[in-house]
Amino acid sequence: MLRKIFIALAIIVGTAQPLLADNAKVDPKADFKAFREYFLNKFPNLKPNDFVNGPYSMDVGLRKQWLAIEEFPPYQFAIDRGKTLMNKKFKNGKSLADCFPNKGVGIRQNYPYFDKKQGKVVTLELAVNQCLEKNGEKPFKYTKAKMAAVFAYMSDTSRGKPMNIKVPNDPGALAAYKKGEEYFYTRRGQFNFACASCHVQLPGKHLRTEVLAPALGIMNAMPIYRSKWGGLGTVSRRLTSCNKQVRAAPLKPQDELYRDVEYYLSYMGNGLPISGPSSRP
Amino acid sequence: MSTIRVRAVSSGDTTVVQSLIQHPMDSGFVKNKKTGKLIPPHHIEVLEFVHGGKTVFTALWGPAVSKNPYVKFAFKGAKKGDEIKVSWVDNEGQSDTLTAKIG
Amino acid sequence: MIQSPDAPDRARRMILKGAAVCGVAGLGLADMTLLIGQALAADAKGWPAEAFKQKNEADVLKALYGKTATASDKIALDAPEIAENGAVVPIAVKSSLPKVTAIAILIPHNPYTLTAAYKIPEGTEAMVANRLKMAKTSKVIAVVESDGKLYTASKTVKVTVGGCGG
Repeated sequence: MLRKIFIALAIIVGTAQPLLADNAKVDPKADFKAFREYFLNKFPNLKPNDFVNGPYSMDVGLRKQWLAIEEFPPYQFAIDRGKTLMNKKFKNGKSLADCFPNKGVGIRQNYPYFDKKQGKVVTLELAVNQCLEKNGEKPFKYTKAKMAAVFAYMSDTSRGKPMNIKVPNDPGALAAYKKGEEYFYTRRGQFNFACASCHVQLPGKHLRTEVLAPALGIMNAMPIYRSKWGGLGTVSRRLTSCNKQVRAAPLKPQDELYRDVEYYLSYMGNGLPISGPSSRP
Repeated sequence: MSTIRVRAVSSGDTTVVQSLIQHPMDSGFVKNKKTGKLIPPHHIEVLEFVHGGKTVFTALWGPAVSKNPYVKFAFKGAKKGDEIKVSWVDNEGQSDTLTAKIG
Repeated sequence: MIQSPDAPDRARRMILKGAAVCGVAGLGLADMTLLIGQALAADAKGWPAEAFKQKNEADVLKALYGKTATASDKIALDAPEIAENGAVVPIAVKSSLPKVTAIAILIPHNPYTLTAAYKIPEGTEAMVANRLKMAKTSKVIAVVESDGKLYTASKTVKVTVGGCGG
């Protein structure tokens, strides 16, 4: 357990040791425990559920402003739009709701999942566009607007439910999980940061004007309405912009690696409440 | 769908009203990233709340009010079940109105 | 849509106002068309256009209320020490002063000082919460009109990420 943390931190600190060099069996449950313990120990005064609030769990001044905004949050309009889009009839008479269990209500916490038949991780965003394409409709752009609205609606119907990602004992799923983990800990870009550099090593610290969010529960808060964007953004939007922020060439939205890292991070947030859509600076 | 969302809750003699309005509130100082041209100012100027035929609150807004603007105020003399009418007009002459029940 | 009759001189003033807001020389034809189109929409009735053009506290108060103000400790101004983002700063004003008829919020380091003014009829509490843009670090001034007199309270809010598109 502790060995895993040290390996992870070794990556962050920049030694040459590759993750899982001795090809130990992929053990998501053990990783989960180590990841959770790391954050709970780092922030002993935080309630576990509070981690999903990102920077607001880290900074008192920010938290107060956030609570003021949460009284009547601006993403309300997107939620309403998402509900409309969910139930809008396609040319063939079906709707997005028909592609999802329970008409898309109260199921967000189950995404992403590993689809054995397709042999890949299916995220909520991918599932939406696969549904549209299957029904002869134009797919949504992944980063904002309609996709974000649908995501917001689905997430809002799951608000408070515990994240519930499954990584079954299946070679495909375990490989995808492992790839996601590796992506998360690999340095990239001109700044040579890994996702972990900011979100594991330095949560709560300032990076220029921003307070860094902890990686624990980071997916639970999606999609996010950023003051900076003046609007809502999906996981795709956040991942591509994170890449750009470290001056790394972003991957295409819903690239396999993006889906895999979303899978890994979402799994790490299991048990914590779905808090999206949510506001961010 | 209306641009206006309103939550009005009565407790005793006091009704607290919160309203969130979908509006770009463009200040006129921001450039369109693609064209490089300034996006012209487009913002709500007057927002009014009316209860029982009486104006209970008026907001006079300029371009420095945030996008998707929010306001909260409180007044006396209303009760649960009453109606409150919310209307806005912007600098381009556009407008919207909504009547909501006080809870 | 609210239609208002448009006097020629008003349209002329609107075009000048539009040019001042954009403040860029060498506007192309498309820009002028946009400005003229805007100019033909008159400001809403009761909107204090002059006050919203002013660039300092004294001029705003003069244009809005025709008075000067004195400091008061009976105004509670709730604003963050450091704004999360200058585009959305939650600011609230509450006052225990008597017979309050108006509340206004001024931000001198914004391009225009007046951000919002509120009319408080009898029966309405002397309280307002709103979300404002701040271009940069600035004093935020809450103005309360009580029994015909003006009172102010202020607080400095630091802004690291400006709210005017920076």
